[in-house]
Amino acid sequence: MNGLLELNAVAARDALDKKAISAVELTTAYLGAAEATAGLNNYVALTADHALALAAESDKRIASGAAGLLEGLPIGVKDLFCTKGISSTACSNILRGFVPPYESTVTANLWAAGGIMLGKLNCDEFAMGSGNETSAFGPAINPWQGKDKVDLVPGGSSGGSASAVAARSALMATGTDTGGSIRQPAAFCGVVGLKPTYGRCSRWGIVAFASSLDQAGPFTRTVADNALMMTAMASHDAKDSTSTQAPLQDLIGAVGDGVKGMKIGVPKEYVIDGMDSEVVTLWEQGQAWLRDAGAELIDVSLPHTKYALPAYYIIAPAEASSNLARYDGVRYGMRVDAETLDGMYEATRAAGFGEEVQRRIMIGTYVLSAGYYDAYYLKAQKVRRLIKGDFDAAFQIVDALLTPATPSAAFPVGRKIDDPVTNFLNDVFTVPANLAGLPGIAVPGGVTSDGLPLGLQVLGRPFDEATLYRVAGVLEQAAGFTTTPARMAGGAA
Amino acid sequence: MSVDKTTVAKIARLARINVPDDRLEPLAAELNGILNWIAELEEVNTDNVEPLASVTGHALPMRDDVVTDGNRPDDVLSNVPEGASGFFVVPKVVE
Repeated sequence: MNGLLELNAVAARDALDKKAISAVELTTAYLGAAEATAGLNNYVALTADHALALAAESDKRIASGAAGLLEGLPIGVKDLFCTKGISSTACSNILRGFVPPYESTVTANLWAAGGIMLGKLNCDEFAMGSGNETSAFGPAINPWQGKDKVDLVPGGSSGGSASAVAARSALMATGTDTGGSIRQPAAFCGVVGLKPTYGRCSRWGIVAFASSLDQAGPFTRTVADNALMMTAMASHDAKDSTSTQAPLQDLIGAVGDGVKGMKIGVPKEYVIDGMDSEVVTLWEQGQAWLRDAGAELIDVSLPHTKYALPAYYIIAPAEASSNLARYDGVRYGMRVDAETLDGMYEATRAAGFGEEVQRRIMIGTYVLSAGYYDAYYLKAQKVRRLIKGDFDAAFQIVDALLTPATPSAAFPVGRKIDDPVTNFLNDVFTVPANLAGLPGIAVPGGVTSDGLPLGLQVLGRPFDEATLYRVAGVLEQAAGFTTTPARMAGGAA
Repeated sequence: MSVDKTTVAKIARLARINVPDDRLEPLAAELNGILNWIAELEEVNTDNVEPLASVTGHALPMRDDVVTDGNRPDDVLSNVPEGASGFFVVPKVVE
């Protein structure tokens, strides 16, 4: 069965069409892999019967020549996506047992393309975190191990998604990215993760965190797989008023197009204090790879970069405090009874929300409260415009930007941090793209001296995911990243 | 700007989260750590800069004012913590 797990998505599609393998065999192998790696805690629900029923239907469609773009490919779904008839909790106690009577648009698109749902994947509670440690189901674990064999975080918030794809317990997975929640875990787990342009994928049916920043995207093993999955995920959706009508580019064809003659910017502000020297080395290596492939590397400046993180930590909590007001113990989710209505709200929300979520709701409530709105929220929105302006100016000169994905490799689970601000620094290279609404992709570039993966990030113009896939395709080929994690299904450990 | 115990209690009340008294002081310290850090934005000159709330670049689309969905009381009530006769049930709000 191990041979089945070796296949990437493009290869698996090919083998399915040639009837060399069946969707039921492939799905069975992934369900087995998920059980074999259950210790990584990256699934919060495995939907085996549902998956096998879908796989049997896929095999019929393949036999009748009606295969979809993702026909027969096993996919894991971040538990932030609502899936009809299947528990969807945002990994929060306040939504424990919630079974949506509807399907998110993104997952509906995946199933319409023939994708097979394996189950729901662990994430930070309401996607708030950078290590998957705030989940009500406990932390997901990174299948990669350092020298000392301690458990490492897979990153967050889409930690279960990145962990499952790296551990080969899902061939592909969905994620969401509000401040780096796809790109940072992709880098920590050595897989490919794309945050599309804001508006490219519908947000309908995804549990909302910060609505002006949230975007869904794919996790895969290769760049070509990523373009394949993204092509199926994206759609215009009248149910999301921010959904774009711009036509989708040929992403699958772009992967092999190369970067000859392309102008790639290197932003000087993406060198920060406390950054791992191996990250800098990989970044320089990435520049050399692109130069060797015929791109022109150009130094650019994004002067407001250092203000992106503080602006984000005003805007995101503000939007979250508003979005999470709906969890009131009345219509769905947890309720803690009390004498009065307000007492019921307060008791329910105190018991249902974890510490990090409560902290962010309170920050958001404060920055939106009378007397502080202008000083914090309006100020942050003005800085947001300046940050977007920096990118607009850079993209007058260059076609894409190359940066590190994260300032360090994955860190140990349970690392004691007294200061929440230190945790926020994980997102320093990813947050600016969310504020500006730009697409970004993380691609594995190499491993540290401790054997942990590091990623490179490519940022592009709005709705120009094709350029990202061109650059990412070159980086992937040059990096020749074939190292696999210790705790992989079918692996040695 | 920094928050004290009283302000934290007020924020908690606005956010409808019950925070026990012994948590107010530590929470004030945590929130101040974050607020002091985001105060860094004060050094940015934002004179004559319009706030940016949306990056889509398109105006919100209008749709016809017609019913496109509905009449699904069972779906709407399928996750209710407490319901009766097709209604949501809450603690008594009018004496």
